[in-house]
Amino acid sequence: MPSLSEIIRHSQIWKSIFRHPAPVDRRNRVVVMLTNFFLHLHPVSIKKQGIALSYTWCMGGVTFFLFLVETVTGVLLMFYYRPTLEWAYKDILALRDVMSMGILRELHRWGAHAMVITVWLHMYRVFLTGSYKPPREFNWVIGVILLLLTLLLSFTGYLLPWDQLAIWAITVGSNMARATPILGHEGPGSQLLTVDGIPMITNASDARFALLGARFVGEETLNRFYVLHCIALPLAVAFLLAIHFWRVRKDGGISGPL
Amino acid sequence: MHGHNEALFLEEISSFLGLYYLFLAALNAGAAFYLWRRGRGIRLIGPIRSFHCWLLLALLFTMIAPLAFSGDPQVMRWISLPPSVRDFIDWLMGPVVYSVGTVAVLTVLFVGRRFFVKPTVAWLMLNGALLFMGLAMTDPDFADIVRKPDNVPIVGLIYLLGYFTWLGAYLAVENDKRIQQGLPPKEKELDEKVLVWPDLVYTELICMIAVTALLFVWAICIKAPLEEPASAVKTPNPSKAPWYFLGLQEMLVYYDPWMAGVVLPSLIIFGLMAIPYLDFNKKGNGYYTIDERKFSYIVFQFGFIVLWVTLIVLGTFLRGPNWNFFGPFETWDPHKVEALNNVDLSEFFWVRWLQRARPRPPEDAGMLIKVGVILIRELPGILLLIGYFAITPAAMVVWSRFFRELFKKMGLFRYMTMMFLLQVMLLLPVKMVCRWSFNLKYFIAIPEWMLNF
Ligand code: HEM
Repeated sequence: MPSLSEIIRHSQIWKSIFRHPAPVDRRNRVVVMLTNFFLHLHPVSIKKQGIALSYTWCMGGVTFFLFLVETVTGVLLMFYYRPTLEWAYKDILALRDVMSMGILRELHRWGAHAMVITVWLHMYRVFLTGSYKPPREFNWVIGVILLLLTLLLSFTGYLLPWDQLAIWAITVGSNMARATPILGHEGPGSQLLTVDGIPMITNASDARFALLGARFVGEETLNRFYVLHCIALPLAVAFLLAIHFWRVRKDGGISGPL
Repeated sequence: MHGHNEALFLEEISSFLGLYYLFLAALNAGAAFYLWRRGRGIRLIGPIRSFHCWLLLALLFTMIAPLAFSGDPQVMRWISLPPSVRDFIDWLMGPVVYSVGTVAVLTVLFVGRRFFVKPTVAWLMLNGALLFMGLAMTDPDFADIVRKPDNVPIVGLIYLLGYFTWLGAYLAVENDKRIQQGLPPKEKELDEKVLVWPDLVYTELICMIAVTALLFVWAICIKAPLEEPASAVKTPNPSKAPWYFLGLQEMLVYYDPWMAGVVLPSLIIFGLMAIPYLDFNKKGNGYYTIDERKFSYIVFQFGFIVLWVTLIVLGTFLRGPNWNFFGPFETWDPHKVEALNNVDLSEFFWVRWLQRARPRPPEDAGMLIKVGVILIRELPGILLLIGYFAITPAAMVVWSRFFRELFKKMGLFRYMTMMFLLQVMLLLPVKMVCRWSFNLKYFIAIPEWMLNF
């Protein structure tokens, strides 16, 4: 009698999804890496160094995993959340009070904090092993942009609950843009941009206004941050991650002593 | 002032603290067991080995746990920092002691790294840090800041960073020893190839499960904060940016927003990106080492640990209402006043030193005259900064063999870029010291153009 799991694993449906049985011999372990979409990010074989936890700390991988967690929980949150002055706060409140056993928001928020920490640790590891040295210089540069985007993702998300914590943190953060040299209305050099004595850079046309969509943190800001947080920034991160991973492979895999 | 409240607070925190000590006990018992099984504990005195100590510590923490669970103020006194110690720490702490102290401690750790990375020593230090945290948690003011849901990650960050800094330094010290003996770094031994399935794939799977589990525990234990609905008229005091930007907010104490909020962050990003193109040292590529790349190691650690992380910790835990400094056990009193009479460099120069008024352009003067007078007024600061940025790099080449080598290997452009970035980075501590020692406000103060530096 074949066992249930054997029946399943020999069925046409199973075989059509997983082209290969769980590999046990060397040949099949090679083949599985080549035929599975999710695994093909990896090489078939790798220096022992690349899998040593004490070497990579797995921090790049954990960061990527947290990014996926954020994507999934974020999409779920979007089902509940409306980015308007009327609803934003109430929807968050409902997530807490109405949903039974709701930890969706917690997963998303703590996941975001954790991601900021793990990106830093990943950068720290890459620095300590000197892995930014040739030929990996450019992947480090991409990494720095990813770091910046991760912080911006966290920052834009901070506003969405629309409570006191949110708007004042964003107000403090975005007030700095007011002082951008030349482009902020309180920044040095902004007086240079005047036409016929009329200043061109005012609180309704400066860098901060572009960021907030208004002169203070209001509904326009909420909309802007929502779009940035849910669409623009994640797409940018996904795009750069693809390049980041591709470069890890093309630069010769995980770094190691020459 | 606490009395009744204090008793309530202690009861509230008791179950957490009890579990905390049990966790510490488990940690030490685990370490003892691991070392004993592997026969790896080092000999201390006679037959006593390190795992005996960890076992003893585990017992000690197990005995402390019930005291903590009791929640009784009389009992809890025994596992608290005595009030006199707390007051002393509060009294001692200030931006100066905190910053200089951190740098001093890190320097000692760095110089003595061969000693401090020893697992036994590191484990002892970890125990010390955890115990201090436990003893301090019975203070309501300390517990208040540390337990704020959005601050919990920073506590985690501190321990994680401590752990990974130790790990990196440990592996580096090992490698440095090998290199000294003419051996290749340890990583070289891992040169042979293995198949990704199963080795890497399973490691990844386990990592994912561990992270998921941790995230779930965190999410269940700590609710995401939600305060009152947003109100544009009620300003909370203090208003803080999200924690990862608090280093920048802390810089606002010393710099105007255009520097702290725009120019310096841009330079941080630019400087990070420039690292691979400035660090020409071919050694230390793909393995942990400190000796082979001491300069870049120190620079990075200074930027990351000292200027980025310590300032975040300062901004999060020690800055209260009106961005005043508060010791870790001090109540955040919004009425605390700190005298601020900071003085610009131009005032030092014209008023205090030359004993005359600062030059001021006549009301009806033309544009050029006004600009000229302002520049003359600020000349001391302008000259000082030009000297700092233009002369220092050259002077270093003349005086220091090390920098002369750098200059020769890097060429003029790369050398100047590196020096500029380094000097911008160093200007922050320089400015801090000037502020603390003679209340210096701005090197260059031109409020007419909103250009204060
Ligand atoms: C969203 C953020 C990021 C993700 C998901 C990510 C992911 C990864 C992963 C999975 C690896 C493979 C090796 C490992 O796990 O350590 C890697 C390697 C690398 N990452 Fe990142 N990374 C991110 C940000 C960064 C940052 C901020 C930097 C540096 C500033 C960086 C620089 C590099 C470099 C140079 C490598 C090659 C390392 C080597 O070959 O040893 N990455 N990254």
